[in-house]
Amino acid sequence: METFIHQVVAGIATGGVYASLALALVMIYQSTHHINFAQGEIAMFATYMAWTLINAGVAYWLAFICTLLLSFSLGVLIQRIIIRPVENAPVLNIVVVFIGLLVILNSIAGWIFTYTIKAFPSPFPKEPPFGLYFISSHELGSICVTMVLLLLLYSFFKFTPLGLAMRAAAQNPDSSRLVGIRVGWMLALGWGLAAAIGSVAGMMIAPVVFLEPNMMSGILLYAFAAALVGGIDSPGGAVLGGFIVGILENILGAYVIGTELKLSVALVLIIVVLTIKPAGLFGKVIVSRV
Amino acid sequence: MSRMLLEVKDLFAGYAATEVLHGLSMKIEEGSITTLLGANGAGKTTTLRALCKMIKVRGQILFDGQAIEGKATEDIVRLGVAHVPDGRGTFGSLSTEENLQLGSYTRKDKHEVALDQEKMYSYFPRLKERRNQQAGTLSGGEQQMLAIARALMLRPRLLLLDEPSFGLAPLIVREIFDIMQTINQNDKVTILLVEQNAAMALDLAKYAYLLETGKLVLSGLSEDLKQDQAVRRSYLGH
Amino acid sequence: MSSHLLSSENSLPWIRIVLGLIVACILPFFISNYHVFQASMVLSYAIALVGMNILIGYSGQISLGHGAFMAIGAYTSAILMDKLNIPYWMTIPIAAFICLVVGFLFGLPALRLEGHYLALATFALAVALPQLLKFKYLEFLTGGVQGIVIMKPESPWESLFGLRLNSDRWLYFFTLAITLVMFVIGWNLIRGRVGRALIAIRDQPIAAASMGINTPMYKSLAFGVSAMFTGVAGALSAILVAFVAPDSFTVFLSITLLVGMVIGGVSALTGALYGAIFIQFIPNIADQISKAAPWAIYGTLLILFMYIMPTGIAGAIRLLGEKLRISRF
Repeated sequence: METFIHQVVAGIATGGVYASLALALVMIYQSTHHINFAQGEIAMFATYMAWTLINAGVAYWLAFICTLLLSFSLGVLIQRIIIRPVENAPVLNIVVVFIGLLVILNSIAGWIFTYTIKAFPSPFPKEPPFGLYFISSHELGSICVTMVLLLLLYSFFKFTPLGLAMRAAAQNPDSSRLVGIRVGWMLALGWGLAAAIGSVAGMMIAPVVFLEPNMMSGILLYAFAAALVGGIDSPGGAVLGGFIVGILENILGAYVIGTELKLSVALVLIIVVLTIKPAGLFGKVIVSRV
Repeated sequence: MSRMLLEVKDLFAGYAATEVLHGLSMKIEEGSITTLLGANGAGKTTTLRALCKMIKVRGQILFDGQAIEGKATEDIVRLGVAHVPDGRGTFGSLSTEENLQLGSYTRKDKHEVALDQEKMYSYFPRLKERRNQQAGTLSGGEQQMLAIARALMLRPRLLLLDEPSFGLAPLIVREIFDIMQTINQNDKVTILLVEQNAAMALDLAKYAYLLETGKLVLSGLSEDLKQDQAVRRSYLGH
Repeated sequence: MSSHLLSSENSLPWIRIVLGLIVACILPFFISNYHVFQASMVLSYAIALVGMNILIGYSGQISLGHGAFMAIGAYTSAILMDKLNIPYWMTIPIAAFICLVVGFLFGLPALRLEGHYLALATFALAVALPQLLKFKYLEFLTGGVQGIVIMKPESPWESLFGLRLNSDRWLYFFTLAITLVMFVIGWNLIRGRVGRALIAIRDQPIAAASMGINTPMYKSLAFGVSAMFTGVAGALSAILVAFVAPDSFTVFLSITLLVGMVIGGVSALTGALYGAIFIQFIPNIADQISKAAPWAIYGTLLILFMYIMPTGIAGAIRLLGEKLRISRF
């Protein structure tokens, strides 16, 4: 029984990471209808930036905040410089650009930081919190951090004028222009936020999976599965999807298929959702009018 | 002669390979209501889109003496031009109130914005009832009112309206036209109204332009156009 | 990256083909064994890229997971040779058939997916595959993490017209023959009804369907055929390298194939050759700078090509040729 509880709790912790990454994916999908294949590598790169800062002696939480700001800027730059020129290009061209971005970030990380695995510190103590047996401090801390992040984002989008403008720009760019919203900058902002969210996900998962350039590819797969399960154009769905996938991964891994095939679970989930219910739990079905 | 808020000289505009407007010239007097009439496909919607730079244009557009043909839509909006597009362009998944808030997005005067929001609710009580409802679930007439209210939240100097009567019951259309009269007289908003319903438009507007396949064929006081034989036959049904 | 000019695919530049074949046949006797091996690898990659071209260029369906079909072809060949002692040359048609079927079956659910979603599904396949190949319950077949080592085939003849034929040279000619067969198959497919149907489906799907083209059938067929080509390439590469292992078939292999296709050009068979040369030799050259360098180059070129040359090198050459009236292929 205690292992079961621990598996569920661990699933919630990783689920929070998947939820954050899935949210980043949905944010970009909602405003551009593009799937950001490079989301994982951006998060990985941001985590390396954090690692560099921490190694240079910067205190953890200060490095955390700096990384948020740096990755935000990176996201904005990527959108303005690399993505904008192909915004309206055919789908294949866009997908290729995203893959190119994935590859560049991966190789630059490999070049600068080498492929040797590095340890990434957790800001939370090693002892279990309050003597609880089924959860580690890092897991608890990770859940809290992701919850705070999601809450902040929700408040931003729901209650601030800028958040409202971003929602409007994602839904209806033409009408947004008619009320004076600079839609191009809203897209850049969306990318910046997505990159910042990704950096949090990276920093929370790195202590568990260790830092190396290929660390995010499996996690990205789970995030895709989560976003699809929840509905690729539903932020709430993505978050819920993240937790579902996290718990499912752990339970199936521990009791059903063993830890070695966990990625295949994500793959099967993705294919099943795409073939049976592409809109996911909360997304909208797109009907193409002939 | 009153001053001209908007002057258009030799405007050419279109989509991709097709040019729809072939050298349009018109003047909109400040404080007036002007109507742009024409059959389907004449280019009325294209004209309004061109004025907001939603499409590429060639020619000159002067708003309050300032050339705007090189500016982006978002900047033209900031000069005080509000456009209620055909199809209404409401943000369907956002609430009624959020739609209104977006209308005042570019304004910095919070206090005045709050006053204007109350004013909109007084013009359109039905919107107040549905302030937290999702805009996409409003009826056609209510969405049209919302679109106009959103445009007015800008406190525009020029209001462009694209077929506000489209698909609406006559009673609702009457309501909307009355509101337009009110905002023109009380709030001094200059209006350029594109309409298929020529009779109502000519009653409301002081000036009228008639567009046929991208060219202006008639212009002048509505009074005069109402008497014109060709107009009466083709657009007024008598 | 759309369409092109069917008309320029209609006739073959015979002179250039014959010259090319002569060069190809003489080549192995003038270069080192390692270079002969590399040339063979180029040819096998070219076959894979033809598969990619058929699927992505002609059928307009994106695949980021074709490395998986290479893996299936490679492992099929390796398992047949290692466990069942089937001669290497027989494994090729078997691998081709298996990949045709698997590709067709994969194409069926894939039918309902467009653009980004199909890219996502195939990407997921590519990422998940190595783990599947390492799965312990399949180890008896796949050799798990260590993979399978194969005996490199010997040449059946000591010499040809007085020229010495060692194993590498023999395999080169074997690969060349298979490449020619596959290219002929590809050529006929593209030129014929299938090719025209695929282009119609890609460019005007609704019109194509209303003209009676059985869209789902053709799209699944395209998947099957392209998987077959890639599977043959996989089988060949397994024989050439004499080894298969899960880590040879990561998502980066699929991305490499994508790079080859983009660089070489989408709507052409010669594009496959240009692309194959590129993906074989760039790593060799760039590796000397850093292990990461080839990928940095791939990534940058992928992006640049999308900005500047969305039709790839073959497309650019064709455009140039049209201007100069030289190239018609």
